[in-house]
Amino acid sequence: MKHLLEISAVDMRFTTPKGTFEALKDVNLKISEGEFVSLIGHSGCGKSTVLNLVGGLLQASSGGIILDGKEVSEPGPERAIVFQNHSLLPWLTVWQNVELAVKTVFKGKKSRAEMREWIAHNLALVNMSHALDKRPDEISGGMKQRVGIARALAMQPRVLLMDEPFGALDALTRAHLQDTLMEIQRDLNNTVIMITHDVDEAVLLSDRIVMMTNGPSATVGEILPIDLPRPRDRLELADDAHYNHLRHEVLRFLYEKQRKVENIPAAEKKAAAKKKPDAEVSEAPTRRAVGSDL
Amino acid sequence: MNTTSLVSQISARLPDTDRDSLLRYSRQLLRGLGAPLLGLALFLLLWQFAAQKVDTSLGKFPGPLAVAEQAVNLYDEHAAEREKAAAFYQRQEDRIAERLAQQPEWQPTRRSYTGAPTFLDQIGTSLITVLAGFVLASLVAIPLGIVMGLSRFVSNAVNPLVQLFRPVSPLAWLPLVTLVVSAVYTSEDPMFARSFVVSMITVTLCCLWPTLINTAVGVTTVSQDLNNVSQVLRLGWFTHVRKIVLPSAIPMMFTGLRVSLGIAWMVLIAAEMLAQNPGLGKFVWDEFQNGSSQSLSRIMVAVLAIGLIGFALDRLMLMAQRRVDWQKGD
Repeated sequence: MKHLLEISAVDMRFTTPKGTFEALKDVNLKISEGEFVSLIGHSGCGKSTVLNLVGGLLQASSGGIILDGKEVSEPGPERAIVFQNHSLLPWLTVWQNVELAVKTVFKGKKSRAEMREWIAHNLALVNMSHALDKRPDEISGGMKQRVGIARALAMQPRVLLMDEPFGALDALTRAHLQDTLMEIQRDLNNTVIMITHDVDEAVLLSDRIVMMTNGPSATVGEILPIDLPRPRDRLELADDAHYNHLRHEVLRFLYEKQRKVENIPAAEKKAAAKKKPDAEVSEAPTRRAVGSDL
Repeated sequence: MNTTSLVSQISARLPDTDRDSLLRYSRQLLRGLGAPLLGLALFLLLWQFAAQKVDTSLGKFPGPLAVAEQAVNLYDEHAAEREKAAAFYQRQEDRIAERLAQQPEWQPTRRSYTGAPTFLDQIGTSLITVLAGFVLASLVAIPLGIVMGLSRFVSNAVNPLVQLFRPVSPLAWLPLVTLVVSAVYTSEDPMFARSFVVSMITVTLCCLWPTLINTAVGVTTVSQDLNNVSQVLRLGWFTHVRKIVLPSAIPMMFTGLRVSLGIAWMVLIAAEMLAQNPGLGKFVWDEFQNGSSQSLSRIMVAVLAIGLIGFALDRLMLMAQRRVDWQKGD
């Protein structure tokens, strides 16, 4: 079977003041067209590095990534990224944010009217048609992430890369956005690579879960195929034996096979320091989102 | 500041208020306006009191009333001068018409009025000069700041020069600028007076730096996330600057522009005084040299006018900043 994306023998080393740090070692992964793959692992295991390599924001120290028979050497709209903190331009409205992407990607390929239609279509896909003229600071965290997804989808990417897209959202908003994402992926058959910390999210959304070992020198530990039939319903699955078995598999990998070995307080402090600004910023808007999003 | 926001707050809410909240708001208004008015009143009292204690070679230091009187005088002098000018032009036109009636083929030459500039004229000159110097400085500082912010190399190259020239007082630049402009700006029929060019360039040299530094810093602090977005979209260099960098840098840039304009205004007055270039500074210096019993009051009027104009310029910049700033609040 022909694969859309191939990550072969990728090593990633960073030079730091303390010497070379090997983040990834011998990462191999093949992804088919229309497949939804989740990357899961503990903090600092290099999940984001893998995504940034596929996105072209980083260059592998050795090995390479091939998309559609061409090697990835720089970022591009065919590998659109949905960032964890939405990364919308704060001075543009919802519409203008998507418009910037559409005008750049489809310059000379679509007429003005077609572009307008395409922008409206993608914002409708994520249910944001009601707030086209709002700026990012006027909408909730969940809505911002919807617009981020719309912007990425509007680039018509070959692969959609999502870096913990729902990580900063409250549980209800997150569930709602997961359902939206599942619907969109079912209709458009996008190929998706998603980073997540959330075991339920990974099992619910994915065709395969790629579980990564702890860094340094992290690599693909196990790959778990999720053969649950689609469409999937989170309520039905909650009592499904097979679903729970799959969940357990992931949990076992994370908490038995790849227990964090470094001393916990230090790691937690580091994670907390890293998370805090995000959490503070998104706290208020996401609270509001519970009412408006659901 | 507090007062204006308070007033707008009140007027926005007035329609649906009942008696109670109306009372509450009027009390707030009193507090909002009351404090500044009280401060002003205390200042005037203190001024009046202290002024009587100071004996100068030109008599007692003027109190608020003497200064107010001179302010009215200065305006009257301005009005009188304008009338004289109008009368002069009227006489000239009458003479020309009279002579043309006798010799229709005669080519008349018209002369412009050459009265001394009044206080208000000097204000106008100073305002035009400060704005010209400020605009020129911005035209240099903003593009250079952007390039510095984008390129570490350029930044490293320019930074020592910025640090070296930034603390230089306008008075140190002035002789150099005067000599250089005299040597270089030698057109027969100059578009601008030489004194105007000297003042303007001195202002430019001194008020360049805050805008330059703030723009550069604003550009370097563009968030990495937005840079990533730009990379994913493969925006060209120019589009990247226009769509991502410039809007990101605008809040910082305007902070710099506001500081620059404040400096420009202060520098201009000093430069005008020292170089005897037309403007408010010259007015102050002339009054000082004049040494009449009213001079101190007239200088005090100028001081207050300089303060008020500086304040107004800052408010204008703040309004412009609010218009273009995408961040909430100030």
